[in-house]
Amino acid sequence: MRIGRTRSAGIAIAGALLLLALVGPRLTPNQPSTQFTEFVYAPPMRPHIVDASGRVRAPFVYPLVLENRLERRYAEDRSRLLPLRMFRDGTLFSVDPSADAPWFPLGTDALGRDQLARLASGTRLSLGVAIAAALGALVLGALVGALAGFVNGLLDEGLMRASDFVLALPAVYVVLALRAAMPLVLTTPQVFWTMVIVLAAVGWPVPARGVRAIVAAERNREYAEAARALGASRTRLLLRHLLPATRGLLVVQATLLLPAFVLAEATLSFVGLGFSEPIPSWGAMLREAGAGRALIEAPWLFAPAATIVLSALAVNLIAGGSARSPLSERHSRF
Amino acid sequence: MHRGLLRYLIRRVLLAVILVIVVSSAALLLVQAAPGDYLSGFDLDPATVAAERSRLGLDRPAIVQYLSWLGRAARFDLGESLKYRRPVASLVSERAAMTALLGVAALLLATLVGVPAGIFTASRRNTLTALTRGLSLLLLSVPSLVTSFALLLLASRTGWFPVGGLAMSNDAGAWLLSAKYLVLPAVALALPIAASLERIQSQALADALSDPAVRAAAARGCSYRRVVWRHAFRLSLKPVLAIYGAIVGSVLSGSFAVEIVTSWPGLGALMYEALIARDLFLVAGCAAMGAILLAIGILASDIAVAIADPRVEESA
Repeated sequence: MRIGRTRSAGIAIAGALLLLALVGPRLTPNQPSTQFTEFVYAPPMRPHIVDASGRVRAPFVYPLVLENRLERRYAEDRSRLLPLRMFRDGTLFSVDPSADAPWFPLGTDALGRDQLARLASGTRLSLGVAIAAALGALVLGALVGALAGFVNGLLDEGLMRASDFVLALPAVYVVLALRAAMPLVLTTPQVFWTMVIVLAAVGWPVPARGVRAIVAAERNREYAEAARALGASRTRLLLRHLLPATRGLLVVQATLLLPAFVLAEATLSFVGLGFSEPIPSWGAMLREAGAGRALIEAPWLFAPAATIVLSALAVNLIAGGSARSPLSERHSRF
Repeated sequence: MHRGLLRYLIRRVLLAVILVIVVSSAALLLVQAAPGDYLSGFDLDPATVAAERSRLGLDRPAIVQYLSWLGRAARFDLGESLKYRRPVASLVSERAAMTALLGVAALLLATLVGVPAGIFTASRRNTLTALTRGLSLLLLSVPSLVTSFALLLLASRTGWFPVGGLAMSNDAGAWLLSAKYLVLPAVALALPIAASLERIQSQALADALSDPAVRAAAARGCSYRRVVWRHAFRLSLKPVLAIYGAIVGSVLSGSFAVEIVTSWPGLGALMYEALIARDLFLVAGCAAMGAILLAIGILASDIAVAIADPRVEESA
């Protein structure tokens, strides 16, 4: 039963992250790009349910007041309450806009932008890149592997040599060089698809080798022979009978590729070769956080580090709870 | 020496040479294909830029530049870095040594922590092993990009270790100094790998413990300690060593993030600088060196597997 518990914990975390990506900008009222110049480096504003006199109330926050502009020190104004409202003004949670005191559940960054709003829209980009790139790598790997396993001879040999070759490449250096071949400044969709293509181009060989091994073994089994005898075309045999046998392998590969690609996006954006200002992705937000003295003064700016870890943890918990995979497939090279 | 082994080694070295040529050529051509060059980063008057461009040979057609680079590279002259005004070969090998130092330190650390921990969690079952298992499952999900930030935070709060900024010097005492600077990046890089090794060693040992030969040893009355250490551990070595080939790759990748965050003057950081500056010969040199480091690492891992398992001889 322990296995069931770890797995459901993983599913819960993954669900929460996907929900964050899905709800995105509709979670809280502030837009990711709005700059609140009066609230630079504001700390996270925790919801309370017990007020100053000890009475239990509906959830509310205390507005922030600037105590010292130079030290950027804020304090909660205990004399006023901002009740939290749900499903108003087209957002899930909000505070009354007429109170003229914004709510920053995760604080603000160096430009006074709402961290939670940025994290939510960053989640869309980061998970989007990772999921699309993993799908791309798996589809490409499955195609190459199926083709190589299905035909004998030169094509098989050539495809497998090609995958050996890509496997022997230093992945990060190749990704960097491929990215550098593009102009440094790109539009957001261009960055998105460049990253997806580059990551898929580096990620396909491992799934391809696994798929090839399975297809090559399965096509000589009795059921495949029976399908052939019944007149199934080669395409039908491959798609309907042989590829389903690779499903388990592809799932395991997906659990390796997803965290690796989340990290790859974060690393690329962190060094400034991915999404960049003012577009928030997990890596781009870490870049801003790492630039100044935030490590000590505004640790909440490292929230994206937590979501990177949580996304990998979710996948690892889910994978750890499922059928055991062969050891040789247990390590990603990213 | 076996003739088979020799042939195997020759084949691997040849493959590595081809790989290095292709990787560095591709890197060079990719940077050439990108818009802009080294000089477009400077705000100078056009006549100066044009003169400088023709002096450096950057105004020739891409294919001519590439062929002349290839011709010189065949004589081990990798050209001169445009940014650093130094021969690429010496610059790159200097930095590659720093990356290798970091990588080997991290691998050693990860092995010394991860493998015993894996043996421990597979051979016993108590609260401590459950905690170790949980911790490694967590650490497995913390990439070195995040561990380096976490350790930086720790170091800046406690002052136990210097927060990056290794001083390069040739003094006699410099080794001790750089050892101190090495701690933070090496631990950051080692943590996720140690977790990965713990999980793999644990599973390999658990598999080995249910192997018929090992169970036979237990049935003959060997003590549990002897069964674990003498019989099962040996059997579990092969799958664990086999994973080192992949781990070398992730050390090289992880080292890039660690080098950038902790300002460790390694190959990854150099490659990044070279890419940003469009210093094309330096990019090619870094890519080639990355391929060489990876090839050496994988070869070392293959040799270790061959030593651990006498049945493996020359499967390439």
